[in-house]
Amino acid sequence: MNIVDRRLNPKGRSHTNRQRFIRLVRENIKEAVVRSIKERALGDVDTKEVVNIPRKRIQEPRFHHSSQGGTREHVHPGNKEFVAGDQLPKPEGGGGGGRSREGSPDGEGEDDFRFTLSRDEYLDILFEELELPDLVKTYLKETVAFQTTRAGFTASGSPRNINMVRTMRHSLARRISLHRPTTDELEVVAKAIAELEGRADRTEAEEKKLGELRIAHAQLERRMKRIAFIDPVDLRFNRYEPTPKPNARAVMFCLMDVSGSMSEYMKDLAKRFFLLLHLFLSRKYEHVDVVFIRHTSEAKEVDEETFFRSAETGGTVVSSALAEMKRIIEERYPTDAWNIYAAQASDGDNYPSDSETCTRILREDLLPLCQYFAYIEVVDEREAGMFRSEGNASLLWRDYKTVADVTLNFTMKRVFSKSDIFPVFHQLFAKNQKVA
Amino acid sequence: MSDRSAIAGARPESALLFKTGEWNFDTLKRTFDAIENIAINELGLDPYPVQVEMISSEQMLDAYSSIGMPVFYHHWSFGKRFTRDETMYRKGYSGLAYEIVINSNPCICYVMEENTMTMQALVMAHAAFGHNHFFKNNYLFKEWTDADGILDYLNFAKSYVARCEEQHGIAAVERILDAAHALMDHSVNRYGRRPRPSFAAEKKRAEERLEHQRTTYNDLWRTLPRKPKSESAITPEMEHARRKLGLPEENLLYFIEKFSPALKDWERELVRIVRNIAQYFYPQKQTKMMNEGCATYVHYRIMNRLYDLGKISEGSMLEFLSSQANVVFQPDFDDRRYSGLNPYALGFEMMRDIERIVTDPTDEDRAYLPEIAGTGDVMGTLKTVWANFRDDSCIAQYLSPNLMRKMRLFKLADQSEAPHYLVDAIHDERGYARVRRALARQYDPGERDPNIQVSDVDLKGSRRLVMTHQLHNDIPLSEDDSRAVLGYVADLWGYDVQLLGIGANDVTKYQYDASPRI
Repeated sequence: MNIVDRRLNPKGRSHTNRQRFIRLVRENIKEAVVRSIKERALGDVDTKEVVNIPRKRIQEPRFHHSSQGGTREHVHPGNKEFVAGDQLPKPEGGGGGGRSREGSPDGEGEDDFRFTLSRDEYLDILFEELELPDLVKTYLKETVAFQTTRAGFTASGSPRNINMVRTMRHSLARRISLHRPTTDELEVVAKAIAELEGRADRTEAEEKKLGELRIAHAQLERRMKRIAFIDPVDLRFNRYEPTPKPNARAVMFCLMDVSGSMSEYMKDLAKRFFLLLHLFLSRKYEHVDVVFIRHTSEAKEVDEETFFRSAETGGTVVSSALAEMKRIIEERYPTDAWNIYAAQASDGDNYPSDSETCTRILREDLLPLCQYFAYIEVVDEREAGMFRSEGNASLLWRDYKTVADVTLNFTMKRVFSKSDIFPVFHQLFAKNQKVA
Repeated sequence: MSDRSAIAGARPESALLFKTGEWNFDTLKRTFDAIENIAINELGLDPYPVQVEMISSEQMLDAYSSIGMPVFYHHWSFGKRFTRDETMYRKGYSGLAYEIVINSNPCICYVMEENTMTMQALVMAHAAFGHNHFFKNNYLFKEWTDADGILDYLNFAKSYVARCEEQHGIAAVERILDAAHALMDHSVNRYGRRPRPSFAAEKKRAEERLEHQRTTYNDLWRTLPRKPKSESAITPEMEHARRKLGLPEENLLYFIEKFSPALKDWERELVRIVRNIAQYFYPQKQTKMMNEGCATYVHYRIMNRLYDLGKISEGSMLEFLSSQANVVFQPDFDDRRYSGLNPYALGFEMMRDIERIVTDPTDEDRAYLPEIAGTGDVMGTLKTVWANFRDDSCIAQYLSPNLMRKMRLFKLADQSEAPHYLVDAIHDERGYARVRRALARQYDPGERDPNIQVSDVDLKGSRRLVMTHQLHNDIPLSEDDSRAVLGYVADLWGYDVQLLGIGANDVTKYQYDASPRI
């Protein structure tokens, strides 16, 4: 016979099959991912997603008997009190006698097929949904920088990593369990021998005892030699494992106009934008805080749920949001500890006399503190045709334009559809490339 | 000191094959040799040479998805199975098998690295000798499977499918494989084929027939009035065509492979690959209970013998017994855990029962099985059983009244119109024969799988393929799935397809039609 160690063979033989399966159910997965964009909080996009596939889609039908109709016979074990001729009522809901086989009435379970997408699979589809260029996809999926840290113990390693305490503990346990004689035990016997030998006149019984003791002594010595004090199996080494390098912290401000003129479609576009920014930031920073500020004629910090869900009525004063952001930065995010990013989404409406305040706060207070400030103006599909040209731009756009022309860390972009979102990041991304 | 040596005297440490649960390749080898010695020299088993392969749990999951075979072509359905198994395993709903054994020569036996040494010994005895002996000696495997060639064939299949995918695209290959997989269960030869007459013999027969016509020619026949042609009657011409096509034909993929007007050559070869693999696995379906019974009995004997020889410790023995108890556990019908008869339990009980009848029979056994009762040759008898029976025939022949009483088997009749089940027979004098017959039928794939055949092809007109489902005990096919499968048949056939459900007295109970999707 032949023993072959296959453990080092490549695993993941089923990878191709799994990929094919996923391709087949791509539509369902896509639905799940799109739903997750809508429902998930920005922070946990970067995790796994459970997908439900309707069984119908991936069934592998075979000719088989229906579980109903006809006459059948079954043999069961464990009869307790039945005698031939007994009649037993059928359980409610019909069902054939085949309780051994089918769970549901048709033998064709209606349960959905559930499984979990891995992070890579999820991000692939998410990126496709966000219509990202390939280069960016690799950047976002790439693993972060590592640093070695202590991570428990291992049975093999380089001698300089040996952990003496653990090694001795194992050695001791092994010596006890294998009954290795201790030096004390040996000494006791040796002393007894010496004492007997020391006596000149030994009785026959003592002579016999001396012989026995000598044999015992020899046995003990042999045993001691056979069972090593430290055996290779005792050795323990400190283990080091690469862990992601902690990075500086970042805070991301999401600012959005929630006045009645923002439609659901516009909010959805805005959410995709925020989501992408968050993904970028969480690649770069270990810890990312997100602050949501929404505004109508006055601004308020809210939680994520409220931010995307509820609509408000009222006028639009953009500067109120900027002022709120400034206040929060001063209160909670000192610039020496935090990298500050801001993303603003609006339909461009603003109270006419507010322009000057806006640009002033931006230029003087916020932009010097921020790494990057992105403004997107979301335009409803239906109006897209009308507003394509720069000349038709909104009031806020024209005001911001004056800021953008003179600063580097400010980007603005009008967004009509999903594919317009990514170019906003181009500048940010290009900058990162330079740094790296 | 003296106390310790007294205990050690009963089971000297030096004789033990292994002392701890940890295994290494030395202990594996040593244990395998000890097991082999018992299996070959004491039990007289006759297995293929063995190749034990050590794999990790990840690899075991991989192996699951491709029906346990070491190489297999790619298909999404295996990915689906893998995804499901992986989910179940990761969530802790199901464990993994301790081993997988492949009916090949040499017999490949996968064992998992997580097993303790006791479990490694158990699975080697179970798979490398129990299953292995069964594969090599059972008549079904001998007749229908080619243990020498299977791995080469799977390699060929894998590269052939890959080549087709390269040439024709994955979608085109999947279209054929999806359809062929749906027909797999009905694409085996249940009986040996009549050898096809050779071309020379065929020619000779035709000449003889002509000669016969010539010598017996009588012009008088020409003057007889002819019978008017009726619409429904089967003309000799049609009859001839039917015979040429070998109708009726129960091996659906065989028929499609040979006669489908729509398939291209490479598609035919794909159909053939699926059909051959179905045929290779068919004996395993027919002998599930016996195969497991044989393997479980063999490992039970070997582990006990190892213990008696002082080669394994009390601790190992306890671990083995606990595992054995789980494997052959049979919940009662009213137990929440009940999901049909456990093939391990029934198989093991049957083998033990035969052992009892051979060595220590009662009068009842002597009356029931006179040819084996009290002969004393346990292994000889069992080897005959393992070589010459399959599940249903083994039960019909050897399920003794004693075992029926022990397992308290009873037969339930279920008539769909009746408001209640009827306890038809139980483990008593009047019921033994009926319980035994019903259980044997329950294990017969011929009874379990619906009887579906290709019955007719309209060669002259629409080329429509007609299949017949002969209803047994009025049990119909499940409609949704049947329609779906029929769609696949139409895809492979390239023209319309019809399935007729024929009940008692040739009454057509249902009729499904399908047309090919382009």
